[in-house]
Amino acid sequence: MSTAHATAGDPPGAHLPEHPDFLWRTPEPQRSYDVVIVGGGGHGLATAHYLARNHGITNVAVVEKGWLAGGNMARNTTLIRSNYLWDESAAIYEHALKLWEGLEEDLGYPILFSQRGVLNLAHTEQDVRDSVRRVEANKLNGIDAEWLGPDDVAKICPILNISDDIRYPVLGATYQPRAGIAKHDYVAWGFARRADEAGIDLIQDCEVLGFTTEGSVDDGTARVTGVRTSRGDIACGQVALCSAGHTSTLLDQLGVRAPLQSHPLQALVSELLEPVHPTIVMSNAVHVYVSQAHKGELVMGAGVDSYNGYGQRGAFHIIERQMAAAVELFPIFSRAHLLRSWAGIVDVTPDASPIVGRTPYANVLVNSGWGTGGFKSTPGLGWCLAHTIATGELHPYIAPFGIDRFVTGALVDEHGAAAVAH
Amino acid sequence: MQLIDCPWCGPREELEFHYGGQAHVSYPPDPQALTDEQWGHFVFFRDNPKGPFPERWVHGAGCRRWFNAVRDTRTHEFLAVYPIGAARPGVPGGDA
Amino acid sequence: MNRVDGYGRIDRSRTLRFTFDGTVYTGHPGDTLASALLAHGVRVVGSSIKLGRPRGITAAWNDDATGLVQIEEPFPEPMLLASTVELTDGLVAGGVNGQGRLATVADTARYDRRHTHCDTLVVGAGPAGLLAARTAARRGERVVLVDDRREAGGSLAPTDRIDGRAAHRFVADVVAELAGYTDVLHLQRTTAFGHYDDGFVLALQRRTDHLGSDAPGHLSRQRVHRIRARRTVVAAGAHERPVAFADNDRPGIMLASAGREYLLRYGVLVGREVAVFTTDDAAYAAAADLAGAGARVTLFDARTTTPAHWTRACTDTGVTVRAGTVVTGTEAGPDGAVTAVRTGPAPGGDPAGGTTTPCDTLLVSGGWTPAAHLFSHIRGTLVFDDALGAFRPGGAVAGTEVIGAANGTLDLAGCLAEGAGAQAPSVAPEPERVPTLVTWWTPGDPARQFVDLARDATVADITRALDAGMRSVEHVKRYTTIGTAHDQGRTSGMIAAGITAELLGRSAGDLGTTTFRPPYVPVAFGALAGRERGDLFDPVRTTAVHPWHVAHGAVFEDVGQWKRPRYFPRPGEDMDTAVLRECAAARRDVAIMDGSTLGKIDVQGPDAGEFLDRVYTNMMSSLRVGRVRYGVMCGNDGMVGDDGTVLRLAEDHYLLTTTTGGAATVLGHLEDWLQTEWPHLRVHLTSVTEHWAVFPVVGPRSRELLRQVFPDLDASNDAFGFMSWQDTALDGVPVRLARISFSGELAYEVNVDSRYGLALWERLVAAGAHLGITPYGTETMHVLRAEKGFPIIGQDTDGTVTPHDLGMSWVVSAKKDDFVGKRSFARPENNDPQRKHLVGLLPTDAATRLPEGAQIVEFAADGTLPPPPVPMLGHITSSYLSAELDRPFALALVKGGRARIGEVVHVPHEGSLVAAEITGHVLVDPEGARRDG
Repeated sequence: MSTAHATAGDPPGAHLPEHPDFLWRTPEPQRSYDVVIVGGGGHGLATAHYLARNHGITNVAVVEKGWLAGGNMARNTTLIRSNYLWDESAAIYEHALKLWEGLEEDLGYPILFSQRGVLNLAHTEQDVRDSVRRVEANKLNGIDAEWLGPDDVAKICPILNISDDIRYPVLGATYQPRAGIAKHDYVAWGFARRADEAGIDLIQDCEVLGFTTEGSVDDGTARVTGVRTSRGDIACGQVALCSAGHTSTLLDQLGVRAPLQSHPLQALVSELLEPVHPTIVMSNAVHVYVSQAHKGELVMGAGVDSYNGYGQRGAFHIIERQMAAAVELFPIFSRAHLLRSWAGIVDVTPDASPIVGRTPYANVLVNSGWGTGGFKSTPGLGWCLAHTIATGELHPYIAPFGIDRFVTGALVDEHGAAAVAH
Repeated sequence: MQLIDCPWCGPREELEFHYGGQAHVSYPPDPQALTDEQWGHFVFFRDNPKGPFPERWVHGAGCRRWFNAVRDTRTHEFLAVYPIGAARPGVPGGDA
Repeated sequence: MNRVDGYGRIDRSRTLRFTFDGTVYTGHPGDTLASALLAHGVRVVGSSIKLGRPRGITAAWNDDATGLVQIEEPFPEPMLLASTVELTDGLVAGGVNGQGRLATVADTARYDRRHTHCDTLVVGAGPAGLLAARTAARRGERVVLVDDRREAGGSLAPTDRIDGRAAHRFVADVVAELAGYTDVLHLQRTTAFGHYDDGFVLALQRRTDHLGSDAPGHLSRQRVHRIRARRTVVAAGAHERPVAFADNDRPGIMLASAGREYLLRYGVLVGREVAVFTTDDAAYAAAADLAGAGARVTLFDARTTTPAHWTRACTDTGVTVRAGTVVTGTEAGPDGAVTAVRTGPAPGGDPAGGTTTPCDTLLVSGGWTPAAHLFSHIRGTLVFDDALGAFRPGGAVAGTEVIGAANGTLDLAGCLAEGAGAQAPSVAPEPERVPTLVTWWTPGDPARQFVDLARDATVADITRALDAGMRSVEHVKRYTTIGTAHDQGRTSGMIAAGITAELLGRSAGDLGTTTFRPPYVPVAFGALAGRERGDLFDPVRTTAVHPWHVAHGAVFEDVGQWKRPRYFPRPGEDMDTAVLRECAAARRDVAIMDGSTLGKIDVQGPDAGEFLDRVYTNMMSSLRVGRVRYGVMCGNDGMVGDDGTVLRLAEDHYLLTTTTGGAATVLGHLEDWLQTEWPHLRVHLTSVTEHWAVFPVVGPRSRELLRQVFPDLDASNDAFGFMSWQDTALDGVPVRLARISFSGELAYEVNVDSRYGLALWERLVAAGAHLGITPYGTETMHVLRAEKGFPIIGQDTDGTVTPHDLGMSWVVSAKKDDFVGKRSFARPENNDPQRKHLVGLLPTDAATRLPEGAQIVEFAADGTLPPPPVPMLGHITSSYLSAELDRPFALALVKGGRARIGEVVHVPHEGSLVAAEITGHVLVDPEGARRDG
């Protein structure tokens, strides 16, 4: 085996772009805004950006209880894809993917969107059926998708073990070439900088403690008149809740119920490694997803922890199981090292699709329940939510995701057939 | 990873248990009498508090018995375990 | 050579050969790769990731930020610290430029886990930890003591004395005493890397790497100890801090404690011309020891007052001590390693301090940061200690104590007292200390003052981040990437926070620190995977007949954890040929399958019928003893969850079958209802899946076979009707037979205790030979049932399908007031005529087998699809070649399908549109004429 040479070639990380010299102001909250967005994560910041960019609405505050983009935006595994099964999901995620494809230019920020493709592995005959079903649906929805046999899978990702000496051999995979990864901080900061430039106030260390309201839910006249925050009361014309795992707490303040459950979701990275993994691989049956990020670290995640939790910590047996799955599929990963693990709080719904839309308060929109789909939907959701705030009309891509579906039964059930949890 | 105090078996690793979501959500006595909204709420809507939460667990890899627990969702700490059918015990700070 | 006689705890009687960057070197047992390289004067081991600057070894243990190497032999492993790699004969390694490299082949080493419970876990076998372990052991507790070094003793030096003897003798005595307790587990080379709730600590033991080629093959290479402790004592020590000054990243610059450790532990004098820059007392010992070993040492102390005792000790050994002086920069030679230090006056210090002093090594001490990671992992609060210039544990976490240097206690007497309380051994009084002058950085060019050497991040980068509007430490970390490298900020984190706070004009305590997250040190994926690989990744379940299937060439498929024969090819047959043959045998003669994997649940109790009425959509209490009924279970949402047959064995006794994959879920679902909603029902549930072997014997000649094998049985249709069961016996072994058909043919399900399963199977196959009995697998089973329109739950359903959608309204009782799922059937969405229905689909060319999963569309008559999104009507759930129909056919879920029967729809397939006619879903024997033979 050859020996590495310390100084051969360019230093591998030299090309990661620098952040700009200025990002955003640290303003004091004003007494009143046309729109208050609760939650300065990816969704809140993207909504702010598109409010300004698409609709010229800039009398807007994004209030964030911690530091900007410090929740799930800072903790996700940055996978971007649109190969969802159902038409409703495919529409909004594909809208998002198209925006991703132009986002670097739109934001003027090097978000390092790298379209390296995603393989969703099939390990059983039923996985194969579900995979083909999803591929065929994707194609008809205008989404790039292919079904590949094991040999073609290995051509795309040669380090994947496609032999039958593993417990659940790889029978094939779906492939979406346009899927990719991006640098999460760069994305969030790109949105934040644009919003700040447009005059939108990004207010950190500002926790929403409650709301001031008028009218009655019973007769349909209920409205929110302002938000009560740790930095004082802020009056507002409209409110958009973009607070992911903390949405239930806010809705509780309004007496609004939603079928949301907040769970820990863990992820981890290895040390920096020379490139070995050219794509993204996801396996539901063997339960792991992995990509190799720009600087060379392996980024991995698995399923959510079973119980509700706001602790931003998960159980270690989930990580151990994920490592077993990783080494099973990628035998050469055995001596890669777990460098850091962490957890976010994901809000999940009974049908694994988001809850976006109106509430019993006429001027309050809720955006939640994205589970593991939050990051990849960021620009798409921001676009559609901004449209809805600006026009008063639900954007058609978010219309199917109203909370009423849990009463009528018109679910968008993405965990049954799609066989893809992330 | 928690050490969960099964009421029948004593403290056991979290791995042996399955989570069952919110406790004290009873099956309605006459579902057919409910409106669609009431039924939808029973089937799909559960509380999601930040703090003490009464919830259901089953010791699936042990005695296979269901039981209830109050757990703080902020710290993940179990504050009490109690049998199905028993009233929720008072726990320190447990009024969320 | 930089090796000096009379120092070190290495075995100089043996020589080890190793290769680094292509050059062969030697070392000794007890060396690390770093100490052996330094012994040979190798100072540059790699280069930095961003700027390509040379990088050397900066520490003697895991607080090194830069001395990363790639191991090549004995097996490639990326990114290990040379300072933690124990030297072995034949080791081959090289430097890295920021990235490691994985092997190209699978790891042959084995890894495992061990579970341990204890009263007290002590992390760290330095003076505090050793005594804490001894105290607990003397109380009779179960104790686990883990320490990541080769030997116990922490940072004790040979000159330290405890209880009137040399510290190492004292350590040896304590270790020996611990070894005498049967309930004490003492593990060296074991790093506690994660601390979780309820006293759960993970520790990685390195078991074989240090043995090199002598490692016994039966040992796992590494073991993860999963420790549950009632009480955890963190005595993990402290990490020395560097100071940021211009060009502080050059090889030859290392922590002061490291310079001392290389001498005392490894007998390596890291330099001959040594400069020491300190803000604290501890570096004086390093200066004195190195001078005593022959180095010429100049010590620069940022403080204007130096400690009297230590200053005397240094000057006695020839060290020049310069107070009130800070290092402001360095110079380098051609290899990039340090050749001189530039110094300047400290605030209030000697204005004439600005000089350049030649040196080949610069030792730095900026004070100590407690290694409180394991405390922070479980949400322990860290508070900023102004005297330490570092965060240390504050507040309490139940079940966890932090002692010694990890708690900010830096003197030996204090550490011993925290470990042993009143029983602490005596030590000589410590000389009077001069407080640490907390110094994050010195005057100089901020663009050359490195804060995180592994990321090439400087003070200028922090300034730039603040200018950009960053205000929280987390944003600064992300903007600059400080603390995100291999050491996760172990050395850089505190000074980065300190510099940030100072630049913002805030206190470090007010600004806070980033969160410590597991693992404390990097851990190999393989070690965490343990033995859960291959067949141990998930249990493999096989039936009693499995050996026969293997011997007869079955091709298996995974169904849940089960291995099921998919088909039994004869020589030269592919799957299609084999399945057509197997199907033909079942429809024309007799065929047999191993159905033992079906889930089976025994239901007993006076209220069993009532209970089953509540969980099945149809009525089970009205089933007569001796009879069998098919049933469907739904969830509260009204969607089909599972199906199977129900046998009533007695008034208060039923036997259910479930799908193979659904067995555990269904049992769990039933237990949930029984225990949590209807505890008053007197019912007991028992899984009997493994107890029974089950063989469907299928085909027109099955009755003939049954008569032959079970001569006592009256197999006539009148005596043994469809959907009934009978008990019989064979050679005294009870056998249960049931007239159940999943193919539409005359069929018997033969049930026997699994222990007799293989024998009975062989008996049936032998007896059926003259009838042409044909074993068949899941694929043929799927074809036969699909021809009859029987759905497979999980294949023809996906959690969004009701019994009505499947055309099985007949299985939904109208009489029962309620059952699980009933209310959901009344929701608006469930009464939409455009719901998807299960229908048959026949390609009109009678030739194309459509792929399962293919989508069904309506399209304009011109034969081309409209632009996307193309509306979809549904998809194909099952698709086969039919021997009986002599054509391909499919089942599909189609919007409003039952109203579309007779319509032609299209299926995009391989670039064209295939026309197919929607039919009813029963394609073979729709009138049910065959089931009675």
